Amino acid sequence: MAHKKRALAVTASVSAMALALSACGSSSKSSSSSATTAGSGATSATTSGATLTGACAPYSQYAGHPGTVTIFGSILAPESTSLETSWSQFEKCTGITIQYTGSNSFESQLPVEVEGGSPPDLAVIPQPGLLAEMVNTGAVKKPPAQTVANENNWPSIWKTLATVNGTFWAAPESANMKTLVWYSPQQFAANGWTVPTTWQQLMTLSAQIASSGKMKPWCGGISSGTATGWPSADWLSQIVLSDFGPTVYSNWVAGKVKFSSPQIQAAMTIVKNWMQNPAWVNGGFGGVSSIATTTFQDAGLPILKGQCAMLQQASFYEAQLPTGTTVGSAPTDQAYAFYLPPVNPSLGSNYTPIMGGGEFTTAFSSAPSVQMVQNYLSSPEWADSRIKVAPGWVSANTKVDKSLYTDPIDQLSAKYLSDPNSTFEFSADDSMPAAVENEFWKAMTAWFSGSESQSAAAAQVDAAWSSAG
Amino acid sequence: MHLLTTSLDKLLGVLEAVGGFVAILAFLFWLAGKVRGRFEKPIANILLLGPAVILLLVGLVIPAIRTIFLSFRGQYVIGPDVKYVGLANYKWAFTDPHTLHTLVRTAEWLVIVPLVSTVAGLVFALLVDRMKYQVIAKSLIFMPTAISFVGASLIWKYVYQYRAPGLPQIGLLSEVAMKLGWSHPPNWLLSSPLNTFLMMVILVWIETGFAMVIMGAALRSIPDDVIEAARVDGAKGWRLFRSVQLPMISSTVTVVIITIMTATLKIFDIVYTITGGNFHTDVLSNEMYSQIFEEFNNGRGSALAVILFLAVVPLVTVSILRLRKERYA
Repeated sequence: MAHKKRALAVTASVSAMALALSACGSSSKSSSSSATTAGSGATSATTSGATLTGACAPYSQYAGHPGTVTIFGSILAPESTSLETSWSQFEKCTGITIQYTGSNSFESQLPVEVEGGSPPDLAVIPQPGLLAEMVNTGAVKKPPAQTVANENNWPSIWKTLATVNGTFWAAPESANMKTLVWYSPQQFAANGWTVPTTWQQLMTLSAQIASSGKMKPWCGGISSGTATGWPSADWLSQIVLSDFGPTVYSNWVAGKVKFSSPQIQAAMTIVKNWMQNPAWVNGGFGGVSSIATTTFQDAGLPILKGQCAMLQQASFYEAQLPTGTTVGSAPTDQAYAFYLPPVNPSLGSNYTPIMGGGEFTTAFSSAPSVQMVQNYLSSPEWADSRIKVAPGWVSANTKVDKSLYTDPIDQLSAKYLSDPNSTFEFSADDSMPAAVENEFWKAMTAWFSGSESQSAAAAQVDAAWSSAG
Repeated sequence: MHLLTTSLDKLLGVLEAVGGFVAILAFLFWLAGKVRGRFEKPIANILLLGPAVILLLVGLVIPAIRTIFLSFRGQYVIGPDVKYVGLANYKWAFTDPHTLHTLVRTAEWLVIVPLVSTVAGLVFALLVDRMKYQVIAKSLIFMPTAISFVGASLIWKYVYQYRAPGLPQIGLLSEVAMKLGWSHPPNWLLSSPLNTFLMMVILVWIETGFAMVIMGAALRSIPDDVIEAARVDGAKGWRLFRSVQLPMISSTVTVVIITIMTATLKIFDIVYTITGGNFHTDVLSNEMYSQIFEEFNNGRGSALAVILFLAVVPLVTVSILRLRKERYA
């Protein structure tokens, strides 16, 4: 569900929410044609097929298993078109036809298709929580050996994320970086503000901006259709990670540390002093509670109008900026982002917590042609090919050629995502069971709208845990 | 190109299936036509009812039975974690505070929307009838009925948009309120229970046109001599309406109320689009959707579906009885 997030980030920039809603169910998918091997004596998926030459030479290891492979995901046009372009050469050389279908109700449709016994060959799942639920249905197939080997190119956390019941199931596709604060370098330069590198500096800067009377330091919006609340869940998650470290974070995600525990309560208090501070929010919209009714797409636009200084939001927020906005770190640029500094200095000056998201290519078929696609999509060669097609796409694969990134935000995200010194964690909500995730968003929304107290919101999510368990 | 060929493929597939079905039916009818004697009638009955029964079974009865069955199950429908939970899902529906409020709120919708829409529709039907350019007025009032619920909700979502006073306003309601001297109007969609009523306004706006057209037609179908006789007896205005017109269209009024009630019970699009069920505005069908498709809890979702189904049954029964009474009257 959350990952309407990313999909919405793109569609909404094209038009209003109307598109996302009215387009429901417009994507039909031919799930009938599963992979068919053109019986060229191929016995195992792991053996390489024919030797290819010329421009096709790099694809030799995937050859010999022509067929049709269906992929289902939440990524919509124009991003899905970039994906299709990125594997077109692979299709030409190997004779494998990839049929990609995107849907903005992917998270609702996939379980229905799996339960109905007609899953796609591959699904690009954007939440570890949903991946685990799919694995628990028994329908997911284990990845081939080459994909497992390719997985070593990612920071080890990614393998952990795709491991359910002790088995590794799916290689990551793209990655995004959420620990960013959007701001206007132009505005900062004009007012003599500097980009903060510690939490203390960030708080001091916020107070300074607020007392200057020019604008409120922060703006925010958490409205996002049925996923309303996710940006505020991300705020809390990042504070938990940067204040208490990855151990508390993963125990919290696993439900072992309760929302009502002293740690999470302390983190909620930090969020309260930051994003529920009436003097600091919600620039361009109104008071604290207007955060609950402002869409996440609109939230950062006041930065460009000089009504607000900063927005904490993911790398994919770039898609929301009006066309023509100059993005970059130069003092003349209209928008850029800086790393949200960690809260707790006692965790060490080297501690670089980052939170983000990504997708996992999950197989529901073990046909050789499907496994060839899995191997290719987990290779650095494919990631390079995708990066060359269009900006706005980052891989956490450490073997990827970083010089290929052209967009400043992609470069910034890639720098943190593939840095071996940074501590990456997946968005907490997406790693929790769907029922808890949903309640997490609802509780955060009620808390921000002012209809629920901090402790009541925490109790609401804890209750969802106990009924999910 | 690719899309075109797959679409063509599908179309051909559909044609084949439909063609095959018709061919089989034709053959069976032909066969039945040959039968004479004792079996003639029973076979004809089976053949004529058969297709309808099969379609009903596949499209309605079997899914309904499966839903009832699933409502006694836990979260999972397939896999190793499938378990039978008895009435736990129903217990949850009637004890969980959020869901309980949702049921109560759905009942409020069910009472208020049909009543207001029908009364408003009746008033418009009476007033418009005497207007000079009634076609224009009728078209304007009827127009919202033709808009999809999602479209209407998106329009009204803008009307209810909040911006702090002092900032440029986007929402029509805030702007009007401020022009009328209310300097600090609330954030409409956050103010419970006002937000639920604001959302009811949308459905009333949609259904009033429907009610007006149906009841307008019924009013006009009252024979002129009846009205004239009443006038001769001295009835006019309110008296004429209450003692003559209203009794004569009472069955139409019932049908209109029940139709709107059924639509209200199923209302999902408005809540889904405007608040997503947040800020104390959730209703039964949105909660059902959220349980099944967001939380993947098929058991709870199915239980809510069964509750919704049980709530619709009396309404449907009343309208069928009404229809029968008229047919045999």
